[in-house]
Amino acid sequence: MAKLIIFLFLTLIPILCNSFTPDKPSDRRILVLLDDFAIKSSHSLYFKSLQSRGFDLDFKLADDPKIALQRYGQYLYDALVLFSPTIERFGGSIDAAAILAFVDSGHDLIVAAGSNASDLIREIATECGVDFDEDYGAVVVDHAGYAVSATEGDHTLIASDDFIKSDVILGSKKIEAPVLFQGIAHSLNPSNSLVLKVLSASPTAFSANPKSKLTSPPSLLGSSISLVSVIQARNNARILISGSLSMFSNRFFNSGVQKAGSPTKHDKSGNEQFLTEVSKWVFHERGHLKAVNVQHHKVGETNEPSIYRINDDLEYSVEIYEWSGTTWEPYVADDVQVQFYMMSPYVLKTLSNDNKGRYFTSFKVPDVYGVFQFKVEYDRLGYTSLSLAKQIPVRPFKHNEYERFIPAAYPYYGAAFSMMAGFFVFSAVHLYNK
Amino acid sequence: MAVTASPPSVTQDLLNSLPKTLKLKTKQQELLLRITTLGLIYILAFITRLFSVLRYESMIHEFDPYFNYRTTLYLTEHGFSEFWNWFDSDSWYPLGRIVGGTLYPGLMLTAAGLYKILHFLRFAVHIREVCVLTAPFFASNTTIVAYFFGKEIWDSGAGIVAAALIAICPGYISRSVAGSYDNEGVAIFALLLTFYLFVKAVNTGSLSWALASAFGYFYMVSAWGGYVFIINLVPLYVLVLLVTGRYSLRLYVAYNCMYVLGMLLAMQIRFVGFQHVQSGEHMASMGVFFLLQVFFFLDWVKHLLGDVKLFQAFLRITVTSAVGVGAVALGVGMASGYISPWTGRFYSLLDPTYAKDHIPIIASVSEHQPTAWSSFMFDFHILLFLFPAGLYFCFKRLTDATIFIVMYGLTSMYFAGVMVRLILVATPAVCLISAIAVSATVKNLTRVVRAKVQPVQGGSGKGTGASKGSSKGVIDNSQPFQKNGAMMLLFGAFYLLSRYAIHCTWVTSEAYSSPSIVLAARGAHGQRVIFDDYREAYFWLRQNTPPDAKVMSWWDYGYQITAMGNRTVIVDNNTWNNTHIATVGRAMSSYEDEAYDIMKSLDVDYVLVVFGGVTGYSSDDINKFLWMVRIGGGVFPVIKEPDYLVNGEYRVDKGAAPKMLNCLMYKLSYYRFGELTTEYGKPPGYDRARGVEIGNKDIKLEYLEEAFTTQNWIVRIYKVKPPKNRW
Repeated sequence: MAKLIIFLFLTLIPILCNSFTPDKPSDRRILVLLDDFAIKSSHSLYFKSLQSRGFDLDFKLADDPKIALQRYGQYLYDALVLFSPTIERFGGSIDAAAILAFVDSGHDLIVAAGSNASDLIREIATECGVDFDEDYGAVVVDHAGYAVSATEGDHTLIASDDFIKSDVILGSKKIEAPVLFQGIAHSLNPSNSLVLKVLSASPTAFSANPKSKLTSPPSLLGSSISLVSVIQARNNARILISGSLSMFSNRFFNSGVQKAGSPTKHDKSGNEQFLTEVSKWVFHERGHLKAVNVQHHKVGETNEPSIYRINDDLEYSVEIYEWSGTTWEPYVADDVQVQFYMMSPYVLKTLSNDNKGRYFTSFKVPDVYGVFQFKVEYDRLGYTSLSLAKQIPVRPFKHNEYERFIPAAYPYYGAAFSMMAGFFVFSAVHLYNK
Repeated sequence: MAVTASPPSVTQDLLNSLPKTLKLKTKQQELLLRITTLGLIYILAFITRLFSVLRYESMIHEFDPYFNYRTTLYLTEHGFSEFWNWFDSDSWYPLGRIVGGTLYPGLMLTAAGLYKILHFLRFAVHIREVCVLTAPFFASNTTIVAYFFGKEIWDSGAGIVAAALIAICPGYISRSVAGSYDNEGVAIFALLLTFYLFVKAVNTGSLSWALASAFGYFYMVSAWGGYVFIINLVPLYVLVLLVTGRYSLRLYVAYNCMYVLGMLLAMQIRFVGFQHVQSGEHMASMGVFFLLQVFFFLDWVKHLLGDVKLFQAFLRITVTSAVGVGAVALGVGMASGYISPWTGRFYSLLDPTYAKDHIPIIASVSEHQPTAWSSFMFDFHILLFLFPAGLYFCFKRLTDATIFIVMYGLTSMYFAGVMVRLILVATPAVCLISAIAVSATVKNLTRVVRAKVQPVQGGSGKGTGASKGSSKGVIDNSQPFQKNGAMMLLFGAFYLLSRYAIHCTWVTSEAYSSPSIVLAARGAHGQRVIFDDYREAYFWLRQNTPPDAKVMSWWDYGYQITAMGNRTVIVDNNTWNNTHIATVGRAMSSYEDEAYDIMKSLDVDYVLVVFGGVTGYSSDDINKFLWMVRIGGGVFPVIKEPDYLVNGEYRVDKGAAPKMLNCLMYKLSYYRFGELTTEYGKPPGYDRARGVEIGNKDIKLEYLEEAFTTQNWIVRIYKVKPPKNRW
């Protein structure tokens, strides 16, 4: 009986463990850390949209001493949502390093800060290439692009419609209504090449404390201010950082919006559409590619050789699929290129595809020997970056692979043989002619 | 039945006749003695080279032999055709190396042939044992060649002495101990064989000896790049004979046959190819070849004309036009690029300062350094004094053969002074000439000693020159104490020779039998301490890194990493691509972030450095570092040598240059060294190899991480980190 239980247990392990695999890259289990449980209800629309897409949300207080990201070296969650801008110290074993290690092992992260963002949240953001305004009281103020509102007069509620131009991140449906934002500004670290502004402030925005008088020029100005940013790490973990927690709230989702100076008044702000679409991207429901089945062989053969010879003709193919949220669909594009690379690309060819995900091309190995690589470096905005490298040596001709008799050498053959014949005749004459 | 009956009588007969047959004539006795001596010398030459095997183990030594071993292994495993066309993708990543076309295959083919023969004879030996013992075996064979050579140029006595001298001469042993599986091991045999056969051909004027010498030359070409010495010495010798009026038909036959056939055969070696007709180094032999034809032609014309005056005029015209045509041909060839100019190595031989100024990579090799006087004494001992004496004897009895050995001796002595490694080439000549001195002296002395006892002895003596006989007669009658003096001198010679033998054995056991891959030192209590760090590190690489990992190190360790670690290297001891080596030198002398970009562009996964600060091992990378800077700076001017020096002084302590303290090589060598106390009573971070406290003890690595450090810190391996995940 015990054996049976063990057997059942062992057979069930793979089923229990199949939550996040390269085959199904969408996240499943998400840990949501909150400042207090009121956020759970005040931001319920956002959480509901996640739950309705099949995510399993685990709400915890950020200072709950029992929270843990991993147990026995296994991560318990596939993604983390930090809706706890004021937290100074996480409970349990979590700290900034643990969260960054979580990201570095390929998991996703959403960070929402606010006007009262703690040092801890700022530190995490900084490590991801996002620098929040160092002035603690400062928020984004825009006297030209504010949202027309009945109550607030300090122009800290901003209506922004300066989105990143990427269908992969924001979905193909255009976001008509501006997005309401109320929170702190951040800038992107210029040395970080991976971070992207998804929602920028207008050129008239600046970051300052609205309650105090402005004595010196604000450090963050205009469109260098980012309101919402995303980072796709090199291991394809995706991070969303927002300067405002309230933009996720039900109140912002439902309120109407009219941008100052714009005659159109939208009944519903763009927040819900914007944040839902971005979350789809962050949780790998969109823009996630995989490349499989890299093959190369000589023309007319099917097996992959261990070495090519110079001037061989070869065929190269790779299959690329995109995750649609439920299945792997063929990825169709006309800009995938392969390099035949040794210190610099010797061959650079655009791959043609058959609309079923298979990309292929054929080319001639250059007349240079060495250790080459088939390299596919595919970095497109919003998509998983594909970086495939397959090493293959290229050898020169063998001594018996050259042409045996070349016409240009016939005079030399003639010279050699006539010399031999002449010598023979001469010897015969010399020896026997007496 | 008849068969069974007869044996008793036969044995009886035999027993009766045995004492009679054992009584040998003097000539037979002498032959027996000679053969026995030669046999003993043959064995001695072999066993004196086995110290390293007894002290350590049967292993391949040093650096280059590991490449030779690896290729030999490949040859035995994959066969000749694969070996000949081998494209090695494990070295010089990502360029690769056409091994088959860039090596001298003679050594590998020899070892593989021996291996095949042994296996055919059912000796199930491993190829490594064959490789380890190839050099001693060929050293033994060299003694036999030396005997015949000595016999050819002087007499059989000189031959035996030459064989004995060369068997234990440290200059030769340094390159032919067991385990020193390098080209020179067989090349010296081939060199001496070629010379011997050529001299024999000149002496006899026989086509067959010339043919044999052409094949000897072919073997030499296949074995070592030093064949250039032959192809220049032999024409020089011919030229000298022509100038001194010793031209003969024998010389004509010997040189023409040897040159033409030798050249054709040498072209079969892929690495040499068309160099015989295209490279400046080989042009002298071709010029002499044409000159000989002119000489022959002139001789013929002289014979036809008979008129001296007419011939003089003809001679002038012919010689002028021949020299003119030759010069024009050479000039056109040089200008059109068909004839390549002399290589840097050749230049640096003729002008010892050339490499230092122009080609740092040649100057940096330790065995290319100019020879110190002490190493002449160390390697030749009494031969250094016997050499001039031998020259004296040679000049006293000038023949074609002695002229050859004199020229060989003088030119090779010059080259030995230019480069340390060329002492090896000079050794056979020095041994032969010294042997002439020893043999001639001892022979004269013994004749004096024996003359009083047996006044009439001239007839039974071995074939000696007439001059000796007459001198003996003079000495005989002049001095009464001649005999005692001769006895004294004989004892003196015996003493000197025995000192020589003792010195040679001592040098062999102390200096030339260490494998250099395993280091030995004396511990505090006098016991032997073995540092086996190299093999430890290479084994670690083999076991713990991905099979396609690329290891960057200074080129010295390239062959060993590929052979023992079985991993791809960026550069190795075959220094064919200066730019690639300079790139590695640049990475080593840059700051870590700059080096990281270079390493990424070369797909480097691991970096290996050799560090002697803990053990006091002085030939480590920090001491070689200035060469890296120089070679790197030669191609990339951003690297400047003065940046690493303080007032022209190279230091690693607190006063070192800031760039020095923060370059990659410094960081990798001294990473975490500041925490270590190496010597009692010294501060932590005390570098024992350089005897200073290091200047940068708090080293942080950003782009690399320590992967492995061997027991005595001699080899340190670092892993190149992947790019940062979020940046």
